[in-house]
Amino acid sequence: MAKMVTLSIDDQTVTVPAGTLVVDAAKKIGNDIPVFCYHPKMEPVGMCRMCLVEIGRPVMDRASGQPVLEPDGKPRIQFAPKLETACTTPVSEGMVVLTENQKVTAARKEVLEFLLTSHPLDCPICDKGGECPLQNLTLAHGPGESRFLFDEKMRQQKHVPLGELIFLDRERCIQCARCVRFQSDIAADPVLGFSQRGRSLEIMTHSEPGFDSIFSGNTTDICPVGALTTADFRFGARPWELKSAASLCNHCPVGCNLTYNVRREARSDGKSVIKRALPRQNEAVNEIWICDKARFVYHYTESPERLSTPLVRRNGELTPASWDEALEAAAQGLRSAGEKLVVLAGGRLSNEDLFNLHALAAARKGRAVLYSDMAGGDLTAQVGLAPGSNLADLGAGSVVLVAASDLHEEAPLWWLRIKQAAQRGARLITLGARPTRLEAFASLRLRADYGQQAQALASLLEPAGLEGDFREAAEALRSAENVVIFFGSDGVELAESEALARAAADLLVHTGHTARPNNGLVGVWPHGNTQGAWDMGFHPQAPAELAHSLAGAGGVLLAGADPAGDDPALAAALEQAGFVVVQELFLTESARRADVVLPAAAYTEREGTYTSGERRVQRFYPVTPPRANARPDFVIAAQLGTGLLTDVEGRAAALVMQRIAAQIPAYAAISYQRLAETQEQWPIIGRKDLYYGGTSYENTQGLGVSLPLPEMVSLPAPKAYAPAPVPAGALRLVRFSRLYDHGSLVRHSPLIGQRLAARAVWLHPSLLVQLGVQPGEEVEITAGDEILRLPAAADENLPLNAAGLPRSAGFPTPNVPWVVVRVPAPVPSGQANKE
Amino acid sequence: MGQYLLLRHREIPNLHQLDVYRAHGGFEAFRKAVTSMTPADVLAAVKNSGLRGRGGAGFPTGMKWAFLPNDRWPHYVVANADESEPGTFKDRELLESNPYQFLEGLMLASYAVQANQSYVYLRGEFWALAQKLDGCIAELEKAGLLGENLFGTAYHLRLATHLGAGAYICGEETALLESLEGKLGQPRLRPPFPATHGLYNSPTVVNNVETLANVPLIVEHGPDWYRSFGTEKSPGVKIFSLSGCVNKPGNYELPLGTPFRELIFQHGGGIPNGGQVKAFMSAGASSTIVAADDAALDTPMDYESTQNNLNAPLGSASVIILDDTVNMADLVQKTVHFFKHESCGKCTPCREGTFWMNRLATRIAAGQGSEKDVDLLAAVARQMQGKCLCALGEFSTMAVVSGIEKFREDFLHK
Amino acid sequence: MNELLSKYPQEVQRILARYPAERKRSAVMPLLFLAQAEKNYITPQAIAEIAEIAEVSATEVASVAGFYTLFHEEPGGRYRIQVCTDLPCVLRGADRFLQELKAYLGIEVGQTTADGMFSLEEVKCLAACHRAPMFQLQGDGQITYHEDQTLETVRALVEELRARAGKEA
Ligand SMILES: Cc1cc2nc3c(=O)[nH]c(=O)nc-3n(C[C@H](O)[C@H](O)[C@H](O)COP(=O)(O)O)c2cc1C
Ligand code: SF4
Ligand code: FES
Repeated sequence: MAKMVTLSIDDQTVTVPAGTLVVDAAKKIGNDIPVFCYHPKMEPVGMCRMCLVEIGRPVMDRASGQPVLEPDGKPRIQFAPKLETACTTPVSEGMVVLTENQKVTAARKEVLEFLLTSHPLDCPICDKGGECPLQNLTLAHGPGESRFLFDEKMRQQKHVPLGELIFLDRERCIQCARCVRFQSDIAADPVLGFSQRGRSLEIMTHSEPGFDSIFSGNTTDICPVGALTTADFRFGARPWELKSAASLCNHCPVGCNLTYNVRREARSDGKSVIKRALPRQNEAVNEIWICDKARFVYHYTESPERLSTPLVRRNGELTPASWDEALEAAAQGLRSAGEKLVVLAGGRLSNEDLFNLHALAAARKGRAVLYSDMAGGDLTAQVGLAPGSNLADLGAGSVVLVAASDLHEEAPLWWLRIKQAAQRGARLITLGARPTRLEAFASLRLRADYGQQAQALASLLEPAGLEGDFREAAEALRSAENVVIFFGSDGVELAESEALARAAADLLVHTGHTARPNNGLVGVWPHGNTQGAWDMGFHPQAPAELAHSLAGAGGVLLAGADPAGDDPALAAALEQAGFVVVQELFLTESARRADVVLPAAAYTEREGTYTSGERRVQRFYPVTPPRANARPDFVIAAQLGTGLLTDVEGRAAALVMQRIAAQIPAYAAISYQRLAETQEQWPIIGRKDLYYGGTSYENTQGLGVSLPLPEMVSLPAPKAYAPAPVPAGALRLVRFSRLYDHGSLVRHSPLIGQRLAARAVWLHPSLLVQLGVQPGEEVEITAGDEILRLPAAADENLPLNAAGLPRSAGFPTPNVPWVVVRVPAPVPSGQANKE
Repeated sequence: MGQYLLLRHREIPNLHQLDVYRAHGGFEAFRKAVTSMTPADVLAAVKNSGLRGRGGAGFPTGMKWAFLPNDRWPHYVVANADESEPGTFKDRELLESNPYQFLEGLMLASYAVQANQSYVYLRGEFWALAQKLDGCIAELEKAGLLGENLFGTAYHLRLATHLGAGAYICGEETALLESLEGKLGQPRLRPPFPATHGLYNSPTVVNNVETLANVPLIVEHGPDWYRSFGTEKSPGVKIFSLSGCVNKPGNYELPLGTPFRELIFQHGGGIPNGGQVKAFMSAGASSTIVAADDAALDTPMDYESTQNNLNAPLGSASVIILDDTVNMADLVQKTVHFFKHESCGKCTPCREGTFWMNRLATRIAAGQGSEKDVDLLAAVARQMQGKCLCALGEFSTMAVVSGIEKFREDFLHK
Repeated sequence: MNELLSKYPQEVQRILARYPAERKRSAVMPLLFLAQAEKNYITPQAIAEIAEIAEVSATEVASVAGFYTLFHEEPGGRYRIQVCTDLPCVLRGADRFLQELKAYLGIEVGQTTADGMFSLEEVKCLAACHRAPMFQLQGDGQITYHEDQTLETVRALVEELRARAGKEA
């Protein structure tokens, strides 16, 4: 426990841990000392000088070391000759802080006057108007009139694109460097800087492409003026016209808490539309940050390409139908397909959707298959991160092991928080086949070939036989106070994923790092609710098995999964399947092959829950009304259930959760009420001065609930895993996940669209040299029965024996162990013209 | 011993050559220190000599060295050769003409705090000087005075130069360290001070060139000998850079405590064209403007007297003479423009205040200012005081406030 | 390809050797000087190359280049005549000297002579107050001081530099 220090602030006594800054101590007792440059998530820099206060300290007697007392018995206080910055001064015992006297009030007014000499005062047309610390503080502390000649103000550029996502207004910038510091200290992407100096100091970026950081949007939240705005929201609306709705991001397993701001608009017939996404504070999940995908991807919900009506195949063509017709057709089709229904669902569906879909599969004695490359959800359910954990608590004494994952791409907020844990002194160990951005912060970087990652991880169980870094890592795991292991899917296919998860679970069990806060196993799942899908009873199948299941199924129900769009073998299998029903937002490749297509509501149009990779169940709320004709997946499942004579709850998501709680032990204590509970978090967000979190939202609608772990751990028998051999002349096919992939939703988001990963096969540069091709030139890839032609791209981090293909590449990619890459034979000139 | 302690090249031709410098006892102090004195002995000698920093603040040098914690390593010494205060040109003469005495001082300081790598940070304009200094360092390496196992001991030391690139603020020690780390020259928050968290976050001594040039003499002749020069609280000699309206501008090495009058009239040859001295600035552009009455002219030039009697800092002792042809509004416009140009922009009052003052001072100097503008100029300056992150902001207000206070007429009737 | 590195491998190594191996960022300023010697200003390409050598972002390098007045982000004349017009020099006639210089070169401050040889700039105190009027000459990767100047001394220098450039061409 930190030593406590007692001081007085404006005659109010407050006791805080030693090391607390005066500004934070004041905030705790409701005294909002004005600040601009200070941000509680960053080191203080004391540059804006807004937070000046008068500070006195007790006079100490040199000889006795005791405070000198006044005649009235109170300690004698000596005040410093100059005002001090509350944001940089730590509290000390007996300190007396004055924040309201004449000297301090005058200083605030004076500093504000300085800031305003250069400010354009264009509040009426500023996006930040109404939620601007400068505006608020000016009202509270500012001078009544300007003594500065308006003609002498500096005129500067007002619409500088820093990249395609963020715009800068140079006149409004007050040079607080919050954005620069966020990018270098928190995001570790130092792509914003100052150029020039003095009054000419201005924000700039030199990165290629502009403002090249997946965390860029956060700078617009913490900018205390309207200098930084998103391409999304600029001139979009005035903050006071906006309503907010609590939501979650479902694009990765972190489960970042979001707030969507909505406004009724004429262009959508007076309906509410989303104007922007902002982080919502959850210190145990995303603190006050989100990645740019979370912030900008929501536009797919308003895509004109959304399915607007159910479709039923008639005479070989998908034709619009009413819901009743479509549901009837679907139920009839599935009924006549007999038992053995295959329900294939993706991890972006909610727990309620998945529970209901599972009920359908169970009713038809079928199989509930999770569409995922990763296994291990049964293990995380047993040895996952224990309740009471918070990555922010990891520091010296803790070990974080990240195996086979490029967290920066797969789960950006975890990347950020683990990097910070390492900077606080936690020992970070990475294990992988190629260097990743996280490695820069690791103390041990364990390297294992693709195909050998699970084995390498398992080897840590026996330190005795190991050498070098592996041995050190094994010993670090044993001696650490806390251990958290993350396992991902970088170049890992399902069978290896199972072995990888198993090895990680074994390590935790053997070293005694389970069932305690800040210990446990975390899956870096492909989607926001993959963990929930496991919990609801969905399990993945390996590609060949899945193809077999689909091809042999009398009935297939697809929800949140597009196998045909991803893999030609699955597309073929789907074509062989009996009756196919798809519930989706878009007409995916799988939907094109379906017999009935049912338009699903986007998650922003309904409510539900997701279970994050840390096994925190969180609630999301309706943000906008559903698209005409779209229905929530759990409702669709329930309605299909009616046709299949099965009782599935479809009236309300909360009622589905009651069933989940009744049937799934881990969820026994979960209810919508409990999920909506909050408690005070630090730093305090949302007071009138807005200074702490910027425009990050205060969390008033629920921090979520961590799932308990079972008393008894019983791990399944381990399965031997050996990678498929790669014949001479072939390359191991390595599949990895990209943040800006071409997922079926992402590709309908115009803003993010500009950053989508290029369509290419990735090879080590020296392989390109061997092949004699330049980056960008096409190569021919033989993968099983398929032959693809793709531009080659260089990635020096890939090993020499591998060919990399992103998952959700936007085109079907065969899921095979190895491929042969060669230069395409030149087309004989005579034939070229025919095409 | 000749007339000079620091400007010895004025008596000894070619003192900038290593053999000449050694022939006059050069590097004996360093040899003595490394071979027969402990680091603590060297530190004690400097402490007892009462040597105070010549870079501006006059902080006791030995005390500064003693602040370095011995549980955190490595230690660094950085020589401050940024010399950018308008009116200051003493370090440049030392570097050019007596470089080895300065380097020996830097090496002694390094030994005293057990630094194995030290740097000379020169303002970028001293490009040619840096080349020469690199040559000197190479000579020293060749002569075995720098490198591994010096004089057969375990001590090793390397020196390197680092050029700034045009920024007055890099004379401020924390901005200097930022610059040496390859960043913008913006001052750091203090505390922590460089003594505990300096270059690369390691314990670091930053000393002025002239300060260091004194050290070989102190080690060689002992603290008592050094104390025989100057005053009790300001012992030793000081180089005074004399400039402005004076017949013989230049550097003058004099004991601390010499009166201004002697510097200006006896050494500087008085005011050109039989003019009158109207005012002077004791510490370059950062200084208050002192009206040159008899009391002022008779004030001894040492750290206490100038501060106490004239409310002006001695600073780096760059004395700028202003005669009766100078209008103080023009002068203030110059100083304010300088600080506006050199403000790093990190803190609000300095960034905005110098910008605003410059607008006002320019208007006033152009004869377009009103009385209200004059009062506003003084008010803006006072409004900056006590609020800035580093001393530059404070410096920028000195001439403004004192100038308007003492020579208001000059501002009103342009 | 990193031209700076391939063209000046020894200089780059010598610069890096001055700083601890894990403190390559310290080399940014010396590398900027090295790069500037090429074209008399800092090109975007040089910024990217320095970033690579010093292992920092291009933004960080550009930021340093922008802060310091001796780094130029725009091309100017081959030589920049940088006259000190700060307080002590002005007290000794620097203003008048600058006027004469402008007339002689036929350009204003901030401009470059038609032959691309000289740009005229005003700078702050150069620590040569006792030898005013004075200027420094920045060009060809060097900086030299010229003190106690008159129009005659400048004329001689300008003519010499023009003649030398003529011979080179
Ligand atoms: C704005 C500013 C500029 C300064 N410029 C210089 C300088 O050019 N040279 C110098 O030695 N000290 C300069 N100083 C003082 C240094 O910060 C530091 O106190 C000094 O280098 C310490 O050396 P000393 O103890 O030997 O005097 C400056 C200080 C400030 C605030
Ligand atoms: S853009 Fe905003 S965050 Fe960045 S320095 Fe300016 S005011 Fe601060
Ligand atoms: S200086 Fe304290 S908030 Fe900016």
